Amino acid sequence: MSLTISRAFVDAIVEQSRAEYPDECCGVILGPVGSGKAERLKPMVNAAHSPTFYEFDPKDLLALYREVDDRDEEIVVIYHSHTETEAYPSRTDIAYAGEPGAHYVLVSSRKEIAPAIEFRSYRIIDGVVTEEEVSITD
Amino acid sequence: MSIEVRIPTILRPFTKDQKAVAAVGTSLTALISDLDAQYPGIGDRLLENGALRRFINIYINDEDVRFLGGLDAQIKDGDSVTILPAVAGG
Repeated sequence: MSLTISRAFVDAIVEQSRAEYPDECCGVILGPVGSGKAERLKPMVNAAHSPTFYEFDPKDLLALYREVDDRDEEIVVIYHSHTETEAYPSRTDIAYAGEPGAHYVLVSSRKEIAPAIEFRSYRIIDGVVTEEEVSITD
Repeated sequence: MSIEVRIPTILRPFTKDQKAVAAVGTSLTALISDLDAQYPGIGDRLLENGALRRFINIYINDEDVRFLGGLDAQIKDGDSVTILPAVAGG
């Protein structure tokens, strides 16, 4: 199991995490249904506006799923940033992970590792976290 | 009166992988109760201590049921109901 993602998307997610610091940022990458390909980046608003929590606004969430259905897409990646901790799913990330088919991407821009950025990907299924390789294409 | 209920991936193990199912009920409480009768266990994934779970979103047509009276929200013929897990974490 691994995630293949373009350099441009990695850079855009890192940029978004810096722009929204100290709040967590979040979003999705969509792809054609059944393809598993991360093709369309869609940053989302963190309705919690919090450094320790993120949540898609319920209205945005419904609109997202409608859009994905209309375009015959699926949610390939769900990403968010951790601003003070490592890029590993927190207890709440695990408890609320509701898309067993998605790659959960965590990006950490915590100060201790600056200017480096951690960018890691996981499957979260029934409370079990499995890290996977990330291969970045140019 | 039968209402179409859209089921998210994570709850499809309860509905034999069906993306949408039919249920009856004129309030959300009644609808969930009918869903649970047809697909035992699904009610527990929607409710906690008799209230809607915080990280489950239910919509009647385009409106979040939290703005329609929650479990008391009224449902009428032709409405469609969508269940979506929140995308959230810490």
